[in-house]
Amino acid sequence: MAKILIIAEHDGSTLNPSAAKSVACAADISDAEIDVLVLAADGESVASQAAEIAGVSRVLVANNAANEPALAVVHAPQVVAAASGYSHVFGPSTTWGKDLMPRVAALLSVNQISDIMAVLGSHEFRRPIYAGNAIVTVTAPAESVVVATVRTASYKSAGGGNSAAVESLELDVELPTHTRFVELQSGSSDRPDLQTAARVVSGGRALGSAEDFEIIYKLADKLGAGVGASRAAVDAGYVPNEMQVGQTGKIIAPELYVAIGISGAIQHLTGIKDAGTIVAINKDSEAPIFEVADIGLVADLFDAVPELEAKL
Amino acid sequence: MKTILVGIKRAVDYNVRVRVKSDGTGVETDGVKMSINPFDEIALEEALRLKEAGRTEEVVVISVGPSEAQQQLRTGLAMGADRAILIESDDAPQPLTLARAFLKLVEKENAGLVLLGKQSIDSDNNQTGQMLAALWGRPQATSASGIEVDGDTARVTREVDAGLEVVDIDLPGVITADLRLNTPRYVKLPDIMKAKKKPLETMSLADLGVEAGGDIVSSAFAPPEERSKGVIVEDVAGLVGALKEKGLL
Repeated sequence: MAKILIIAEHDGSTLNPSAAKSVACAADISDAEIDVLVLAADGESVASQAAEIAGVSRVLVANNAANEPALAVVHAPQVVAAASGYSHVFGPSTTWGKDLMPRVAALLSVNQISDIMAVLGSHEFRRPIYAGNAIVTVTAPAESVVVATVRTASYKSAGGGNSAAVESLELDVELPTHTRFVELQSGSSDRPDLQTAARVVSGGRALGSAEDFEIIYKLADKLGAGVGASRAAVDAGYVPNEMQVGQTGKIIAPELYVAIGISGAIQHLTGIKDAGTIVAINKDSEAPIFEVADIGLVADLFDAVPELEAKL
Repeated sequence: MKTILVGIKRAVDYNVRVRVKSDGTGVETDGVKMSINPFDEIALEEALRLKEAGRTEEVVVISVGPSEAQQQLRTGLAMGADRAILIESDDAPQPLTLARAFLKLVEKENAGLVLLGKQSIDSDNNQTGQMLAALWGRPQATSASGIEVDGDTARVTREVDAGLEVVDIDLPGVITADLRLNTPRYVKLPDIMKAKKKPLETMSLADLGVEAGGDIVSSAFAPPEERSKGVIVEDVAGLVGALKEKGLL
């Protein structure tokens, strides 16, 4: 039997949606018993949200003031202590999980499987390499614990309605003080979260300026969509880094993705290929984005986008 | 500090469109252009800037890989690194082995800072820096887009899902570079000539007392699933119609 521990990401009050996706991945392993670990300052509320996820047996909460704001160097030794007796330890392939899980793996003396996109067996998985240009089947050593991150865009959230047991956990671990959180610079937005939105509208370099990017926001608001951007638009300073979609930004899987003025570099396409329907609006009929688009419109975005917004 | 170590990996060039071999045993690398992994190049550029700002006495580029990786180390020397160390290995070592080997060099060189790319663009693991920091018992600041070194501490701005996170770390420590940290310099021809005279030391994993093992085994390689070909609509009205047809409006 597989005993799987999922490390839950949260912001102190709300469980990150990646947890329910990690549970969905773990549930693909046959005969799995799935527990969730919440490391928090005061994790009762987050734990009760995790307890609702279908398929979860127990939620373990370890409270410690040092756990927030989250630092990988503080969390890692606690995860290692909590992981004793588990055959698998999974985290999400968010920036938080990518920072934390390899540190956990090294402390457990194992390599990590990054970005699970499919489960083939208890120790056998598929993952993307070369920016998604190849998919490889990987097998972890049978005798050691499997530490992995889950490519959240490959999974639909496990359902709700559960009421798993919540237990508090005392972890007697020495925590380092060599790393100190200073601040988080974050643009607050009332729009749907890019990583979980059912609809996303993204703009590229062709927008030309931060001012002109405004038409992307207007269209997104009409559609009730989250807003993303290509790397070129972020590099050019039109929008902040957290809006970048693609290999080195966010990998997303909305039902509808609208790419506007984005040529479609492979690094961008990697971030959207799990989208339900891809719409592309671009002046250049040869742009690679049209190779993956379900619906393409060759047009000047400054004509087409306001017209589209008016028609919705 | 005295020494910054920069890990660089020989990887398929960023501009190569990688193809899976028809028999599924790997990806085609014969005759393909190889370069320094771009994130590592950014890490090296940052180390060179720290040296130019007087924060370190020397920059040493290190790599684990085949003897051909000397080419990438020479490029690193041409960019401005002072010396290079190649740990020769025929197999592509996995992150935990890399971290163990780098730790030996960290101890040998008494490094004050290790800079690495956040991931390589071939295996896309994003693990080595974190693993090195873990085994070393020192801080890690991953996905850096800004670094200020001030004496024994560094203030690092990290690109995270929620925005930009700023952390202070005590040195020594490990920092991994993200794309927007800097734009690496171009190498000039005279620098390539000069780099040929800079020291490049080679050793083996065994020389360092590191044994590879516990590896994750890769078996079948396959191309990604293609999306089916879509339609091109004539105008905005056609786009709205197509979206309605799919039940998206």
